[in-house]
Amino acid sequence: MANSKPPEAIPALVDRALQGDRRALSRLISRVENGGAEAWSALASIYPRTGRAQIVGVTGAPGTGKSTLVSEIAKYTRQHQPAITVGIVAVDPTSPFSGGAVLGDRIRMRDLAGDAGVFIRSMATRGSLGGLARATTDVVKVLDAAGFQLILIETVGAGQSEIDIARTADTVIVVEAPGLGDEVQAIKAGILEIADILVVNKADRDGVQSTVNALHTMIDLGKAPTSVLHHGQLTTLATPPQVATDRWRPPVLKTIAAESTGIAEVLEAVTQHRAYLSAHPEGQQRARVRAAIELETILRESLVQQLLDHIGPEALTRTIDQVAARAIDPYSAAKQLLA
Amino acid sequence: MDKKIRILIAKPGLDGHDRGAKVIARALRDAGMEVIYTGLRQTPEMIAEAALQEDVDAVGLSILSGAHLTLLPRVVSCLQERGLEEVLIFAGGIIPDEDVTSLKDAGVTAVFGPGTNTDHVVEFIRGQFQTA
Repeated sequence: MANSKPPEAIPALVDRALQGDRRALSRLISRVENGGAEAWSALASIYPRTGRAQIVGVTGAPGTGKSTLVSEIAKYTRQHQPAITVGIVAVDPTSPFSGGAVLGDRIRMRDLAGDAGVFIRSMATRGSLGGLARATTDVVKVLDAAGFQLILIETVGAGQSEIDIARTADTVIVVEAPGLGDEVQAIKAGILEIADILVVNKADRDGVQSTVNALHTMIDLGKAPTSVLHHGQLTTLATPPQVATDRWRPPVLKTIAAESTGIAEVLEAVTQHRAYLSAHPEGQQRARVRAAIELETILRESLVQQLLDHIGPEALTRTIDQVAARAIDPYSAAKQLLA
Repeated sequence: MDKKIRILIAKPGLDGHDRGAKVIARALRDAGMEVIYTGLRQTPEMIAEAALQEDVDAVGLSILSGAHLTLLPRVVSCLQERGLEEVLIFAGGIIPDEDVTSLKDAGVTAVFGPGTNTDHVVEFIRGQFQTA
């Protein structure tokens, strides 16, 4: 029974997925997620139809309420702008021991069930670090090509190293909660640098204002030239003031996602950030950096694959054995294999 | 390249006991599978729609409310309506032996009662997806 049918050819699957067949879309996502040459051929064929969706990433420490916030953003959008369809990619970690995963983000998204304008897909990281699965960007492209106008990506809740999301999303929302990470956490975490919008969720809890204040302080520290300007020391600034002041300053917003409070303000900030990116050179720069990283990733993967094909599994195994037995050092071994 | 067995574990109906579902989810994860867990009080439509969006190979239904003869066949037909005929369906929970035959007739491939060894469930699923 299971797995008895041969998999459908990619071009036919792509056609049906792009025509709105949700079953085909779901299957195409799996094929793209599983990777390999057919994934690339599928992605190449849908590529002209991508680049239209607004892509919003939601990241933050575990327990801050990312899933609930994502669900509320989708719900609010569907209620107030029913013409906008929403795709959600929710990433959870793969167990490094078993290779398996429990993907539980849908539990908090049950309000979206039954809405044909929403498509939710859970992804396991499958060994990838950095908060997203290797194929998350590719799956987002599939949803984009299939016509979803707003795509929300929820990262795993690692909280301090989720740089991947900044390379995938147009706008990154970093979610914090009172009493979880204090000022020290905020300093430590590189996560603040990737934030376009900061959300302090669970704002009905004690300590909201101190979390909000801490975040504002951190943002201002990160933009030293502007604060110097505010203190009247204009002469010490080498950069022209307008360059410093027209840069995006991440707003710090308060939400109680579980009670649907503050969601409109988050979406308003997303809209403003989108307008900023399209008007400001930073938008172009970001697009270019993203293109560079994407191309480099594909080049690296193809090179490694070509190389492994060229070397062959026997020679590779033999060399690994030699290195493991310390008969040769790994640097010379690599050099020999490349020769 | 990196094909994983994907399984939806769902609780249809109104009972609020999900310990069994969580134990199975954990066991399947430890066996290297990707388990999508959707939480309590799911309608057959919600379960089938989640199975579609997640492109799962199998759906495991945990039910302790006694409504299995009503709900499980409805899950099967909701899956069929969405073109998911090939998805493997199995069930667990409080299901009397005399109901097992009619559930199997309705399209539930296997029924696991209380006290089932999780290894047994893992082996059953692996057996269904054995690739040559």
